[in-house]
Amino acid sequence: MRTTMIDLKWIPRALGLGLLAFAIFGPLTNLVLWAVAEKWYFPHALPLQYGFSYWVSVFSPRGNATTSLTMSVIIACLTVIFSIGLAVPAGYALARLKLPFRGAILLVLLIPQAFPNLPVYVNIARLFYQIGLNGTVVGVVLVHVTHGLVYAVWIATAAFSAIDRELEEAARSMGASAFRTFRDVTLPIAAPGLLASAVFVFLESLDEFTGTYFVGAPDISTLPLLLYTAGSGGNYQIASITALILLVPSIAFMLVIERFLRADVLSKVGR
Amino acid sequence: MPIPLLGLLLVTPALVIVLALFVVPLVSSITGAFAVDGKFGFANFHKAFELYSSDIVFTIVIISLSAVLIALLSIAIGGYLTLGSNPRAVAILRWLYRWPLFVPFIVVGQILRTFLAKNGLMNSMLMQLGILTPMQTTSFLDWRGIVIAFVWKQTPFVTLLLAGAMASLDRSMIESARNLGASRLRILIEIILPQVLPTLLVGLILSFVTMMSVLSVPLMINAQSPTMITASMAFRINAYGDYGVANALGVISLLTTSLVAWVYLRQTMREHR
Repeated sequence: MRTTMIDLKWIPRALGLGLLAFAIFGPLTNLVLWAVAEKWYFPHALPLQYGFSYWVSVFSPRGNATTSLTMSVIIACLTVIFSIGLAVPAGYALARLKLPFRGAILLVLLIPQAFPNLPVYVNIARLFYQIGLNGTVVGVVLVHVTHGLVYAVWIATAAFSAIDRELEEAARSMGASAFRTFRDVTLPIAAPGLLASAVFVFLESLDEFTGTYFVGAPDISTLPLLLYTAGSGGNYQIASITALILLVPSIAFMLVIERFLRADVLSKVGR
Repeated sequence: MPIPLLGLLLVTPALVIVLALFVVPLVSSITGAFAVDGKFGFANFHKAFELYSSDIVFTIVIISLSAVLIALLSIAIGGYLTLGSNPRAVAILRWLYRWPLFVPFIVVGQILRTFLAKNGLMNSMLMQLGILTPMQTTSFLDWRGIVIAFVWKQTPFVTLLLAGAMASLDRSMIESARNLGASRLRILIEIILPQVLPTLLVGLILSFVTMMSVLSVPLMINAQSPTMITASMAFRINAYGDYGVANALGVISLLTTSLVAWVYLRQTMREHR
C-alpha cells in the first residue's frame, strides 16, 4: 500500500492516534510493569529487577489472593444463579405476557440505574447488621444480585422480545403446552442472549467494590477488597497482580462481546 | 390461571428484591437524614454543610468538569468515526477507544495511582524524553487524578452510544452539505451534533450517576481533603458510625443527580411538545 508520495495527512492523524494510544495503554503498561517488578524506585524509568516472586507468594495455597479469588468466584457464581433465576421469568413476562402496571414495574426496575447507589449500600449495611447478614456470603450475594438483576432483566427482556412469535405459535398449534413451548422453543433461542447477560452479571459481581466494602468487609474478602487493602498498604506489586487478575476476564469479555456491542443492539436494551 | 396474574407472579420475585434491597434502603437514607435523636430535624444537614461544604463543592466541580471533558472527547472521537476520510485511521481509532470500557473502576484507581504518581510511568517517560527534569515532576494524585480517572473510564461508554447514534443518521444530508463545500468540523457541529444531542445527554447523565456512586477512585487517588462526598460518607461511617450525617450527604448526592435528570426530562418534554 506504500506509495512514493507520503500522505502528509498522516502526520496529525498519527500524532492524535499516538497520543490516544499512550493515554490508554500507558497506564495499562504501567500496571503490567508493576506486576513483574521486583525492585523499582524513583527516578528510574523502568524497574531495576524483574521477577515473579510476588506471584509465587500471591498464589501460594495460604496466600491472600487464593482465598479472595475463591471467595470472589463463589460469590459471583451464586449471584449469577440467583439473578438469572429471577430475571428469566421476569424478562419473559415483560416481553411476552399481558402485564398490568407494566409501566410502573419497568420504572421500579430502572430506579437502581437512576440514583447513586452509595447511600443505598450504607443503609443496607445498617439493615443487614441488625439481622446478622453483615459479613456473610449471603449478605454480599444479595447486594450483588440487586445490582446485577437490573441488567439481567433488561437483557433477558430484549432477548425474549427478539424471538419470532410465530415459532411459539407453531409449537402451540401442534399441541405443545405453554410450559413445553417455553422450555423447548423459546428458551433455546433466547439462550445466547441469556448467556451474555449471565457473563455480564458475573463480571459485575467480580468487580464490585462499594457494596462489598460496606456489607462484607472485613469478614469477607473479595479480589477488589484485597486490591484496595494491598494498595493502601503501599504494596503495589500485590495490588497490581490482583488488578491484572480482575482485568483479564473483563478484556476477554470485551473481545468476545464485540459484535453484541453494536449500538442497534444496545438501543433495544431497556425498551 | 389468567395471563395477567401469571405475568405478575413471574415478575414479583425480581420486583421484591429491587424493592426490598434498593428502594427501601433508598427511602431509609432519606428518612435517616432527617432523623435527629428519633425526631424530625435538620441538624444532620447543618453538620454536613458545616463539615463538608468544601467536599460538596469539590464533588460538583469535579464531576461537572469531567462531564464536559467526556462530552468533548466523545464528540471528537464519534465525529472522526463518522466523518473520517481514511478508513484505516477510522479502523484504528474504533479498535483503540474502547479498551477502558470494561476495566473495573477499582482497577482504574490502581493503574492511575501508579501511572500518575510523582515517580509514575508518565513522569518517567516525560523525563526520558527530556521534557521534564526530576525536579519538575509533580504528582497528579489530587483533583486532577480523579478527573483523569473519570474521563479515562467513562469516555468510551459515552462515545459508544454517541457513535452508534451518529452512524444511524441519514447520510444524505451530510453528503449534500459536503458537496456544497462545508468543512467537516462545521458538518459535525451544525448538522450531526443537534441530531444526536439527546443520546449525548443520556450518556452523560448515566455517567453523572456513576461518578456520583464511585467510592474506589477517590479513596485510592485522592485521600486528602477536600475529597469526593462518597469518600466523606464512607469516612463518616467507618470513623464515627455517624449514619445521620452520612445520610444527609447521601441525600445531597441524590438531589444533585435528580436535578440533572430533571433538567434533562424537562428538555425532552419540551422537544416532544
